Amino acid sequence: MTDFPLFPEQASTVAPLVDGLYLFLVVLTGAVSLLIWLVIFYFAIKYRRRPDNELAQEQEPPAILEMTWIVVPTIIFIGIFIAGAWVFFRMQRVPANALEVYATGRQWMWKFQHPTGQREINTLHVPVGRPVKITMASEDVIHSLWFPYFRVKADVLPNRYRTMWFEATKTGRFHIFCAEYCGSIHSGMIGWVEVMEPTEYQRWLAGGSEGSLASQGEKLFEKYACNTCHTNTSGARGPNLAGLYGTTRQLTDGRSVVADDNYIRESILNPQAKIAAGFQPIMPTFQGQVNEDDLIRLLAYVRTINADNGVATAVESPASAAESRGAPQTTTGATTAAPVATTTAPTTTTGGAAGFSLPGTTTTGVGGLKPTAPPATAPQAPPTTTTRQDQR
Amino acid sequence: MTSTTIDDAPYIEPSTRERRHYINDEYGVLSWLLTKDHKRIAILYLFSVTAFFIVGGIFAFLMRLELLTPEGDMFTSDTYNKLFTLHGIVMIFFFLIPAIPAVMGNFILPIMLGAKDLAFPKLNLLSWYVYMVGGIFGIVVIITGGVDTGWTFYTPFSTQYSNTKVFATTLGAFITGFSSILTGLNFLVTIHRMRAPGLTWFRLPLFVWSMYATSVVIMLATPVLAITLVLLMIERALQVGIFDPALGGDPVLYQHMFWFYSHPAVYIMILPGMAVISECVAAFTRKKIFGYKFVAFSSLGIAFLGFLVWAHHMFVAGMSVYSAMIFSFLTMLVAVPSAIKVFNWTSTMYKASVSWQTPMLYVLGFIGLFTIGGVTGLFLGALGVDVHVHDSYFVVAHFHYIMVGGTIMAYMAGIHYWWPKITGRMYPEWWGRLSALLVFVGFNLTFFPQFLVGYVGMPRRYHAYAPEFQVLNVLSTAGATVLALGYLLPMIYLGWSLKFGRKAGANPWGAVGLEWATTSPPPKENFHETPVVTWEAYDYPAFLKAMKETQNV
Repeated sequence: MTDFPLFPEQASTVAPLVDGLYLFLVVLTGAVSLLIWLVIFYFAIKYRRRPDNELAQEQEPPAILEMTWIVVPTIIFIGIFIAGAWVFFRMQRVPANALEVYATGRQWMWKFQHPTGQREINTLHVPVGRPVKITMASEDVIHSLWFPYFRVKADVLPNRYRTMWFEATKTGRFHIFCAEYCGSIHSGMIGWVEVMEPTEYQRWLAGGSEGSLASQGEKLFEKYACNTCHTNTSGARGPNLAGLYGTTRQLTDGRSVVADDNYIRESILNPQAKIAAGFQPIMPTFQGQVNEDDLIRLLAYVRTINADNGVATAVESPASAAESRGAPQTTTGATTAAPVATTTAPTTTTGGAAGFSLPGTTTTGVGGLKPTAPPATAPQAPPTTTTRQDQR
Repeated sequence: MTSTTIDDAPYIEPSTRERRHYINDEYGVLSWLLTKDHKRIAILYLFSVTAFFIVGGIFAFLMRLELLTPEGDMFTSDTYNKLFTLHGIVMIFFFLIPAIPAVMGNFILPIMLGAKDLAFPKLNLLSWYVYMVGGIFGIVVIITGGVDTGWTFYTPFSTQYSNTKVFATTLGAFITGFSSILTGLNFLVTIHRMRAPGLTWFRLPLFVWSMYATSVVIMLATPVLAITLVLLMIERALQVGIFDPALGGDPVLYQHMFWFYSHPAVYIMILPGMAVISECVAAFTRKKIFGYKFVAFSSLGIAFLGFLVWAHHMFVAGMSVYSAMIFSFLTMLVAVPSAIKVFNWTSTMYKASVSWQTPMLYVLGFIGLFTIGGVTGLFLGALGVDVHVHDSYFVVAHFHYIMVGGTIMAYMAGIHYWWPKITGRMYPEWWGRLSALLVFVGFNLTFFPQFLVGYVGMPRRYHAYAPEFQVLNVLSTAGATVLALGYLLPMIYLGWSLKFGRKAGANPWGAVGLEWATTSPPPKENFHETPVVTWEAYDYPAFLKAMKETQNV
């Protein structure tokens, strides 16, 4: 890469589609714009005001032109719409075999969790050539997860799961930016996605975790005493969760909902909102008790328990290594400059929050972001109008 | 078209002796502050919006200075965030929205209609005071620490997380909205009820059509902004859950409500620009605008379709694929009326008598820049591309091509075009041409690199950025310097012309239109006797013939 790129690398399956449409639009609209300018300047010079031309010559262009430049642009614009929508559909439809990754945005860092239990901050390790689906939510304000080299972006909302996906086509180290303004250190809410060969990725996965996300979720399921009611037996006070994920549920008020990520999230945080048919609204809210990370673990668990035995089956966890802190740092050369991922979440929002001050000066090849200068004054604490601090 | 003579139009000889007009009719500060004369209110607005333009411009320039280097080394992040927020708020709410309607609309619209004043002169004065109260809130916010939410006030950041002056700012924007509503109401009633005898709808100058469309949008959209901002203030002050999910609200709902106003607000800003351009194209080609009715109805078409496309600001914000498709489709349709205007202005120049005076140079700049702004809107409306470039510098470049390359170019064209009418003096022509050139070059150098850096991946509202974006940012800052010079020059030479400029006659351009049928500056009552309109809009051949016969230049 030069120091002066005019085009970002194409590193995902949709990137060539987006770039193709973009270049097509550049050529098309560039040609039309150029034509308009040339005509304007031709007229402005040829018909410039001269003593013998004080008064316009009264001739009008033929009226058929009017219909032409209503109909032709309309057709072209609709064509652009169709092309754009076609690319958009390709971006939105998640392939079935996608690898699941969870992302949490918070002021001002990106946290990623893998089904196998690895947790990373401001770095995301993914394999090349395999679709990766990210399920994400924000802990505070709206953020937006942007992978410019993959040409995909999605806003990350508080209290709601959204998904996005990409399939990397190149190994390497690519920017992650927050694209939705989120407060003081918005421009420091950045990171890197490390795209690795599948074998290296497997080695990285083996590097260590606290057990798979689902098994961590299973522990939480006991810790929060979910299992006292959701006992997976008949006559339990709560619905049987085994095999529930993705099915259609009847509610007491006659509606039915699909038990998707957001339904499960809502049922934990606001259980009175939708009561499953045949059950009493007796479940207490866990709002403020279960943080985003634990919610993801619980979700991962609920997703994977099957109807037979209530045991997580979908993903197998690599051996839980003694070193359970964060991503392995030595599997690839590129990761040596990666920010140290830490599971120790910062407890304050002050300027030095871990993760945003990337060690850009030590990177080679790909230019790293320079560390954001810490604010001269201590950044303001969140407003007193919020209780958000308590939840951290 | 059957053109008629304008022999019966009341052209008045320019006079060398001291003549009573709206400026010297009364003296004293109170005669200005308590005036009900639409022309004097326009002057009050001219000073106010210029002051806010300077303030907003300073914020922009400080941002460009910070962005010279990738590191955030000139300001703290919080200061930078306040700079772009205040730049947006000041420029949009206190400059772009009122600029053309409240200055040129107020001054010219009643004269174009052959009316003595707007329908509700006291409301007109009230609108200026309401605007100033809102403006004072803005100034107090700037002095007491600023606000850092971005001009969009997105929730829940604005209601729960920002500890800057969000409440006062939104209250200021809320109040200023009423000033727009009063102006819009005044224009609508005036256009309906106070046209001169013979001035039928299809004899109206296109300026009036465009202002009419603008006023409709103002009347329908601004109340939604008011409601949205009130809900925001309620949530922030009273912790009532409306938009904050932690309180049971929906942050995306805020975005829907905000853009339901703020997308039409884009047309509140650009339609008046189109109004000015139509007048100037006709005046500086001495020709009837080609496809008059198409241009007139395209204004109404933009006003209507402009209400149906708000969610194209939210394609990645969390809406269904099918909603996104509908809004993308409608976005493509709203581009059609704008294209119609560009093609009609261009073809008006065919076999015309094209003058190269300053306002026309700004018009040529407008058409070129507005075209780029318009076609890049197609990029953003195309879903597949928008996902990548949304919230990047590509968007920043796009809307500056519309707002600055469009609206402010048109504003500059209009100021130069009507300056002799407003002040009775000519500005120095060569200085005017130089400023037009500087603005055009400086503008492109500032904003074209931002398209490129946006596509490469630079997000907007970034205080510090990746080093590979630096070259384009340096170009952009260099351009901003030239652009600033281009805007400073007119402030100097227009001020100079007040005392030293050549005296302008009633019609220095040889343009047609009722405003050129009265003296410069106009008398307090605009016309000594109510004009009777017997000609079509822009009937230059008949007009010039009449002019030669009466030696009226």
